[in-house]
Amino acid sequence: MISVENLAVRAGQFALSGISFSIPTGQCGSLMGKTGTGKTTILEALCGLKPVSNGRICLMGNDVTNLKPALRGIGYVPQDGALFPSLSVREHLAFALAIRRWDAAAIELRVQELATLLGLENLLDRGVGQLSGGEAQRTALGRALSNHPEVLCLDEPLSALDEDTRGEMCDVLKTVRERTGVTILYVTHSLEEARTLADQIFVLKDGRIYPDGPMKANPGSPGTRPAQES
Amino acid sequence: MTNRPAPDPAKCPTRGPSDVPFILGLSVIGSVYVLLIVAMLVADVSFTSPKHFWQALQSREIRYSIKLSLLSCSLTTIFSLWVAVPIGYLMSRHEFRGKTLLDAILDIPIVLPPLVIGLSLLILFQTPVGRAIQKVIPITYEIPSVILAQFSVACAFAVRTLRATFEQINPRQEQVALTLGCRRSQAFWWVVFPEAKHGLITAATLAWARSLGEFGPILIFSGATRMRTEVLPTSVFLELSVGNIEAAVAVSMLMVMAAVFVLVVIRIFGWERPLGRPF
Repeated sequence: MISVENLAVRAGQFALSGISFSIPTGQCGSLMGKTGTGKTTILEALCGLKPVSNGRICLMGNDVTNLKPALRGIGYVPQDGALFPSLSVREHLAFALAIRRWDAAAIELRVQELATLLGLENLLDRGVGQLSGGEAQRTALGRALSNHPEVLCLDEPLSALDEDTRGEMCDVLKTVRERTGVTILYVTHSLEEARTLADQIFVLKDGRIYPDGPMKANPGSPGTRPAQES
Repeated sequence: MTNRPAPDPAKCPTRGPSDVPFILGLSVIGSVYVLLIVAMLVADVSFTSPKHFWQALQSREIRYSIKLSLLSCSLTTIFSLWVAVPIGYLMSRHEFRGKTLLDAILDIPIVLPPLVIGLSLLILFQTPVGRAIQKVIPITYEIPSVILAQFSVACAFAVRTLRATFEQINPRQEQVALTLGCRRSQAFWWVVFPEAKHGLITAATLAWARSLGEFGPILIFSGATRMRTEVLPTSVFLELSVGNIEAAVAVSMLMVMAAVFVLVVIRIFGWERPLGRPF
């Protein structure tokens, strides 16, 4: 479960306060809002990349508010993928495991598992410069999932993809959810993506979170009118 | 919206004004500088001969200055990178009070006249602290002074180069590495450092070449003593001062060849190997 209580974050001149929401274990919550409203700031605070000035963040029942990013058990996929240019796809999938000094056989097994899950089997020895947008995002997703995180934070992972690839990636994300049972916070400004992937939508507007209820049960709920799509 | 008539193809120019004069203008202006460099080198080559060159190499003093130059420039390059990597990284990643002042301080060796740097070093090692250091390691007018004089200037160029390099590396990659289980140091060595490869090679080349040509601070801080603190620029100066222009030009050509050799070797072979991986 992801639980954020009364969170306050400051990033330069920009500040957010009183942010609260929760996503039950195994579900996908989508954080929506216009560009510049602070969606990424909240996600970074959750990952431990932005200092929190007030409030509490609990992941799977553990208070992680002051824990280092490495100790939170979060998989993070930023908007641009932020792949490491000097590593191959295989090395990306193995990165978190090599850091934890897994033995080579276990790493190889996990790499093959992830490659099968994400359709990267034929790309393992490629450099990241030779990947298409969709392949790069699948690699970033595989890298984030490699150490079996309980929480996955996705920051607009489909925004730079074309229509067809976006559809493929949506399918990949659904499969990942079904197979891993990971709890997901999905940041997006696309209502369509949120409706496709999320169980719950939170709208961030004027520094406040507006819970919009379970989307699949009530897809036309008023809090997410098309005005939120911009 | 008003309906505009479709343009008449017959009246449309098929080709706009040519870009050739613009490109040609830039090329002519740029080529003046390239020609100046080439002309200087050609003049040097035409002034010297293999005989002068051989004679210069036979000289015990010049052989010593070649050795000292190679040694001091290499050590200066290592020390410069050692200092420039942390400074460049910290300056590129952190905002803090007094950063602008620190930035200006780091540029001082670039803008100060070389003689002033030498004089400042000389004065520094006459202070009580400097004298105390010299009781342990003799510096002024000794070999360490050559390295310190070269380092004082070369390091500033390495810092500037590496700061620009680290600024161009997306900090998001480091952040992802942190969420993957890295400590800050691991994220630096395994994600940032391999990406800074080209910047490191450029900084090393610049520091080495800059040290090789350093003369002003060495003259003041190390003196121009033969077989002691004599580096290649000092040799040129000493040979010129006794009227031995042929030897001075021959030593100059040695410096040109050494600089070209290092630049070519590093550019050809320096780009290939990645610097570090967790595997």
